[in-house]
Amino acid sequence: MTPANSSPAADSLLRVRRFRWWEPLFWLLAFVAPFALPSHALIINEIAIVALFALSLDLILGYTGIVSLGHAAFFGLGGYAAALFAKHVMPDPLVGLAVGIAAAAVLGALASLTIMRGTDLTRLMVTLGVGLVMLELANKLDWLTGGADGLQGVVMGPLLGRFDFDLYGRTAAWYSLTVLVVFFLIARRIVQSPFGATLKAIRDNRLRAMAIGIPVTVKLAQVYTLAAALAGAAGALLTQTTGFASLDLFEFHRSADVMLILVIGGVGWLYGGILGAIGFKLLQDVISSVTPQYWTFWIGLFLVVLVLVGRERLFRPWNWFRK
Amino acid sequence: MQKRHLLRASAAAAMALATGLAVLPASAQDNVFKIGLILPMTGQQATTGRQIEAAARLYMAQNGDTVAGKKVQLIVKDDTSLPDVTRRMAQELVVNEKVNVLAGMGITPSAMATAPLATQSKTPLVVMAAATSSITEASPYVVRTSFTLPQVSVALADWAPKNGIKKVVTLVSDYGPGIDAEKYFNQRLAFNGGQVTEALRVPLRNPDFAPFLQKVRDAKPDALFVFVPSGAGAAVMKQFLERGLDKAGIKLIATGDVTDDDQLNDMGDGALGVVTSHHYSAAHPSPQNKKFVEAFEKANKGLRPNFMAVGGYDGMRVIYEALKTTKGAGGGDALLAAMKGQVFESPRGKVFIDAQTRDIVQDVYLRKVERVNGQLYNVEFDMIKDVKDPGKTK
Amino acid sequence: MLTILFDGVAYGMLLFILAVGLAVTMGLMNFINLAHGAFAMAGGYITVLLMQRLNVPFLVCLPLAFLGSALLGGVLERTLYRPLYHKSHLDQVLFSIGLVFMAVASVDYFVGSTQQIMQLPEWLKGRTEIGEGALMLGMGHYRLFIIAVCAALTVGLQYVLTKTRFGSRLRASVDDQRVAAGMGINVNIVFLSTFAFGSGLAGLGGALGAEVLGLDPSFPLKFMIYFLIVVAVGGTSSITGPLLAALLLGIADVAGKYYIPKLGAFIVYSLMIVILIWRPQGLFVRKGGK
Repeated sequence: MTPANSSPAADSLLRVRRFRWWEPLFWLLAFVAPFALPSHALIINEIAIVALFALSLDLILGYTGIVSLGHAAFFGLGGYAAALFAKHVMPDPLVGLAVGIAAAAVLGALASLTIMRGTDLTRLMVTLGVGLVMLELANKLDWLTGGADGLQGVVMGPLLGRFDFDLYGRTAAWYSLTVLVVFFLIARRIVQSPFGATLKAIRDNRLRAMAIGIPVTVKLAQVYTLAAALAGAAGALLTQTTGFASLDLFEFHRSADVMLILVIGGVGWLYGGILGAIGFKLLQDVISSVTPQYWTFWIGLFLVVLVLVGRERLFRPWNWFRK
Repeated sequence: MQKRHLLRASAAAAMALATGLAVLPASAQDNVFKIGLILPMTGQQATTGRQIEAAARLYMAQNGDTVAGKKVQLIVKDDTSLPDVTRRMAQELVVNEKVNVLAGMGITPSAMATAPLATQSKTPLVVMAAATSSITEASPYVVRTSFTLPQVSVALADWAPKNGIKKVVTLVSDYGPGIDAEKYFNQRLAFNGGQVTEALRVPLRNPDFAPFLQKVRDAKPDALFVFVPSGAGAAVMKQFLERGLDKAGIKLIATGDVTDDDQLNDMGDGALGVVTSHHYSAAHPSPQNKKFVEAFEKANKGLRPNFMAVGGYDGMRVIYEALKTTKGAGGGDALLAAMKGQVFESPRGKVFIDAQTRDIVQDVYLRKVERVNGQLYNVEFDMIKDVKDPGKTK
Repeated sequence: MLTILFDGVAYGMLLFILAVGLAVTMGLMNFINLAHGAFAMAGGYITVLLMQRLNVPFLVCLPLAFLGSALLGGVLERTLYRPLYHKSHLDQVLFSIGLVFMAVASVDYFVGSTQQIMQLPEWLKGRTEIGEGALMLGMGHYRLFIIAVCAALTVGLQYVLTKTRFGSRLRASVDDQRVAAGMGINVNIVFLSTFAFGSGLAGLGGALGAEVLGLDPSFPLKFMIYFLIVVAVGGTSSITGPLLAALLLGIADVAGKYYIPKLGAFIVYSLMIVILIWRPQGLFVRKGGK
């Protein structure tokens, strides 16, 4: 299927836009999974949610080069917004999802003002700070959020008015997977557009990007808002499928874990977050069942080794000798 | 290119894993009775988990693991005192492990998050620690064997005015149980002619008591009433002395969580004379308790059991007895019916599971910290018989 | 009123000692080290365990805590940190978070996750109160002791940095590594000793702070943000910057909790964000520094 006027250059540029043979297969497998493995629908649901969260971080970390330690702020806000909406306004999940996304996007637009200046360190600090401020807010507004007790009494309505969220988590898994696919395709479209190319230009050399006339500030604000919206969607999915929201949504470990997931899977590549999520969650499940207490130790060790040895060499040991 | 390799490899791995998981037998054997015990084994409430697990294992060691022809299997899970994790684990235990009973619940948020699941899956949930009054109302399948905060706070509010304490400042952790304790203590104290001049709430996470205790110091009440969750008591105690509140003539009165048996010995002599009200002290002078404490310490390298341990021990008893009554049939509703209304002699004294509220009715003791045989203990000096949870006497 | 100020100053001084090592190493090596709190925790646990298990007197524990943490810092610098100086900040962040996770889980495994309780010697337990009413100044002796120790350390540090040969080498390395190396300064040795000394100070701070801040395995995570605030707001070009930032933070934190407990840590974080948006390089930065 090559157009007549194709050149090798245009071909190589267009190649990234095409779907590979394995991509549909991969998603098909994902959708069959809750059906084939009914007892693992719960974890599939979690993987889908974490994958979406990692995908959203990839937009700012992988494609734009902003190191963030507070991405949980958007996740948590989306989660709380969706849960509160279900509790006080209406229990329909899809509308709730939209509300969660909108709330997180607004916060993302506001927070994008904080990441415009300074070095990596100041960015780390302000993103961390925004995350902590959100945590404190949720903690202090206990008349609204339930504070340290968590938000009780979230009852979700059936999906599309027909499918109830059952105990086995099948509906939840399919719901989360569907949302993941939709956002994955949107993100894929975005990073392959000219907008995506400008983001990479900013990541690689901000000064040069400014010099060739890219409106850096605007682009950063846009991508940050978009990433926040996706993180909000992930948070909303979590509270909707568990019917519960607590301060843990905002915790630091969420921001750290999602970064780790992304790095395991590969930064700057949309499947990275998804693969990372699968690997991370399965690992967590296995290790937790062996030593529930010390799972953090192994994850820490993994991180240290990963950085010291380098991702390339760790996952493909035969590269050791090819310096 | 490399990414494709990686992806292929991982896809293959995922497939292999999937097929591997699919052929695993669903373990629903007929002669096994599973108890899913979810506890905080790490994090701030880790002592709670350790005590309850030890007590549950002790009960099983003493009473055998075969009841009414069923083999009892205890599945312990660590929820790190995060309610989301508790809920997820409960769901997995119910769906994948097919547990007959859920138990544990270190903190109120965990219990509250799990309650809807108990209702949805018709699984009895035996709460062995969490002590907010409203937990038993969160699901008709909740049965509690620990205590409720109103139960013990009210006893103290009765005692204080009789002993020259009129002006009190309260200091509680800012979450369900703390707010319960504050509310019922304040109501009862006002009823008895006392007066609460200030009600302070300390955040549950990363508490720093110093500024709050400074406030207490400046308010100069007759006494300070404290509730903090098990494990944070020692910090309050230390800061209380360091601020010189005792020298300023402010008495410390508290629920028993503050002078938790688990930590009491580390608190030093500063804790001597602190008056608390609670449902259990390791120094409770009954033969049953002496036996329990001895066996517990022997099984756990001299660890002293605290009120959490008793909650776990009695919780196991309630489950065992229910299983006996139902002749080994493990249905949720039948078990629940058999749990309601149980009356028995616990190490803490006589207790009774109220069939209406599914909450525990027990004696509440007033205790003073004293030195006994070189160790600090909460020595009981007064008691109030058969206290129902005041939170439910509408 | 005065009491609150006093407590705030004590807290701030403690934060400074805890964070100063991080400020210097960040300025020196441009390395984002989130694991700094782990060294402080090490010092705290060395002290608590020595006191509880071996009945070592408190004053003997403090230098031991310093030495233990410094040794740990030196070993880790040489083995793990050095290869990472030239890696990206993302790698450094991931690596140091990994270290924190390992430290938290290890302490949890070996010591348990309960709050550690320390029995101070009698002469530190007292309290002196002056005046009456709103102007009353109540001083816990232990907090006085903290202020004294930290002030002495600060003066000593300032002296070392400005008046000694090592100090001038260190400053030269901070200002421009390559030129310093060209001048014949052994930058590696400077790095190693600075990192070890900074970790040692953190350990000492952890030992002093175990009583005031509490000590449990989550310590490094709890205080990570506080150290980073001190460094980010104070800048990394001098030690007076972090000192002022730490005092500001300590007083704001204590006063905030006393007067507006409903807001809690909210004030501190919001302040930090505003300051960093306004002056991304920190409040107290020399012109012409890095």
